Amino acid sequence: MLGPNGAGKSTLIRMLTTLVPPTSGTARIKGFDIIRSANQVRQSIGVIPQAMTSDMDLSAEENMTIFAKLYGIPREKRRQTIKDLLAAVDLSQWADKPVKMFSGGMRRRLEIARGLVHEPKIFFLDEPTTGLDPVSRVAVWEMLSRLKRERDLTILMTTHYMDEADKLCDRIAIVDHGNLVALDSPLKLKASIPGKNVLEVSFSEVPSGWMETLKALPEVAEVKAVDHVFRISSHNGPRTTIELMETARRAGVSVTSLSVQSTTLDDVFVHYTGHQLRDALQSATGYSSAFMYERK
Amino acid sequence: MHRILAIIERDLRRFRRSPTLIIVSMIMPLVQLVVLGYAFGGKVKHLTVGVVDQDHGMPAVKLKEMFQAVAANARTFETVAYSDQGVALRDLRQGKLNAVLNIPPQFSRKVLASLDPRLALIEDNTDQFAAAALEGALTQMLAPYNQKQPGPRLSAGATLSVVEVYPYVPYIQYLLPGTIVLAIFVSAMIGGGIIYIDDKARGLHEGYLVTPIRKFELILGFNLSGAIKAVLAGFVLVTCGSLIAGIPDPFNLARLVRMLFVVVVTALALISMMFLLMVRVSDPLVPRAIFGVLNTVLFFPSGAVYPINAFPTWMKVIAVADPFTYAVHAFKELVLKNTGMVAIAPDLAFLIVFTVLAMAAATMLFRRTL
Repeated sequence: MLGPNGAGKSTLIRMLTTLVPPTSGTARIKGFDIIRSANQVRQSIGVIPQAMTSDMDLSAEENMTIFAKLYGIPREKRRQTIKDLLAAVDLSQWADKPVKMFSGGMRRRLEIARGLVHEPKIFFLDEPTTGLDPVSRVAVWEMLSRLKRERDLTILMTTHYMDEADKLCDRIAIVDHGNLVALDSPLKLKASIPGKNVLEVSFSEVPSGWMETLKALPEVAEVKAVDHVFRISSHNGPRTTIELMETARRAGVSVTSLSVQSTTLDDVFVHYTGHQLRDALQSATGYSSAFMYERK
Repeated sequence: MHRILAIIERDLRRFRRSPTLIIVSMIMPLVQLVVLGYAFGGKVKHLTVGVVDQDHGMPAVKLKEMFQAVAANARTFETVAYSDQGVALRDLRQGKLNAVLNIPPQFSRKVLASLDPRLALIEDNTDQFAAAALEGALTQMLAPYNQKQPGPRLSAGATLSVVEVYPYVPYIQYLLPGTIVLAIFVSAMIGGGIIYIDDKARGLHEGYLVTPIRKFELILGFNLSGAIKAVLAGFVLVTCGSLIAGIPDPFNLARLVRMLFVVVVTALALISMMFLLMVRVSDPLVPRAIFGVLNTVLFFPSGAVYPINAFPTWMKVIAVADPFTYAVHAFKELVLKNTGMVAIAPDLAFLIVFTVLAMAAATMLFRRTL
């Protein structure tokens, strides 16, 4: 689930995981109503909240054990499950070490393991890699891909990182202002916006009517001006580029910068949500405080 | 049940790793016991009284000799002779003297003629404890002074003979019951207030809320783990505090068992009260901010440091609703009188009912969502 800040991603996840009651409507998880059968929903899902929720004073294994007990995992099964999960997230050698000695990436991996201790089939992750360094992010990606494959998991995650969504997700939902504005596979989403390539070009000085001139170039699907940069979506990047340079030379306009790239999820995101900043006051939940390790 | 045990296990494991809680919750009450116990428990001594003798007769000399006897023995006050009353009063106002005793002219003549002789005591009444001690000592001294000849063998007037049921109770021992309750309270305040809200603010509770634990299990788990820590703090105070305060036979097994029972009931009552107060709080500053206020409002009206009978009505009302009052009373019965359970049954009944009501209210008010 992609969306700008304040789009409603975390609120949706919190509603689906029974942490926040919906103001209207309802949803079903594995057939259980999130309002009427909240406890069955909780038993069916694994959740990694946005905040780091491991107990820093306990060891990795103790954290896992407490949650296994909260989910009612029988003693004989508990030990093996915890061992397997810690191995799956490469934390076996640190099992008996206190979590306060862990890096952010290690804590996040521990929380992923903890969320799977009762073997849920649906897994919710709210911005799982925000705040992690690039190496830890890649490690978490690989881990999630492997877990999804090996455990036949359905994962619903929110993220700010387009490359993360592109790499990990089978389907991407773009959410804006609390509404679902697009939902499809990354490939189909990229194909859904005008042009296969995007040219970003800036000029020293442009004559009047220059926008129309650019729109008239061959293979051009769309032209947008953002500040002094023109974003030209094209069905054929190389051809449009050659024609653009020739047109500029004839008009006596000098090109100060030019880049040509394939359509990315960033383009898809900007296409659907626009460039406008989404500064907005958010209603503070009781859990927002300076103590909380939020990663918004 | 396994979920309640999981919450308790998690809390006690953390507690074992960081025993700061129990140490902090015991140090403050112990320091208070020692400092307050000795600060208020002693007799007032070495006050300075300026004596202005304007009479110089034999009865006045006899009186001054009695002053010197007090200065040498009980040492309640020492005297400084002044010839000028004005100088003595100036010294009184400058804080050099606690009082000025004026023996007026004609004092001796009036004593000998039994014409209502009077002495004037001009005292610094800003310190009521010192003033009362001085008045007491002088009044006591004047009784034998006035008795000029032996009285009849059998007195015609009624006299009061006092028999003390228990051995003399120094103030530090009087303070011990309140200190035990204070240790339990501080532990409940840290375990049930500060740590609970900090965990909530750090997002730890969000982790629990997405599991199938029921809110009653969560509240009971938090309450029981907090109570276990408070019992530890309370029981250490029962033993160490008894030794420090010099309670006779401090390790009497029957009394220790009764005390442990009262510690458990008190811990449950105070931790339930803390959870009820904190159940809707999420700002970590709140428990810290109200700590001092709660301590004052609950501890002082409970009779821990001064008898409730001396309080104004509004403070008596607080005392009636304050669980501290009943816990302090129960501990006083056990520590100072070594009574059985019958004497403390009403206190225990109040504390148990209070616990049940507070826990039920906390469960009702607890939000299972963010």
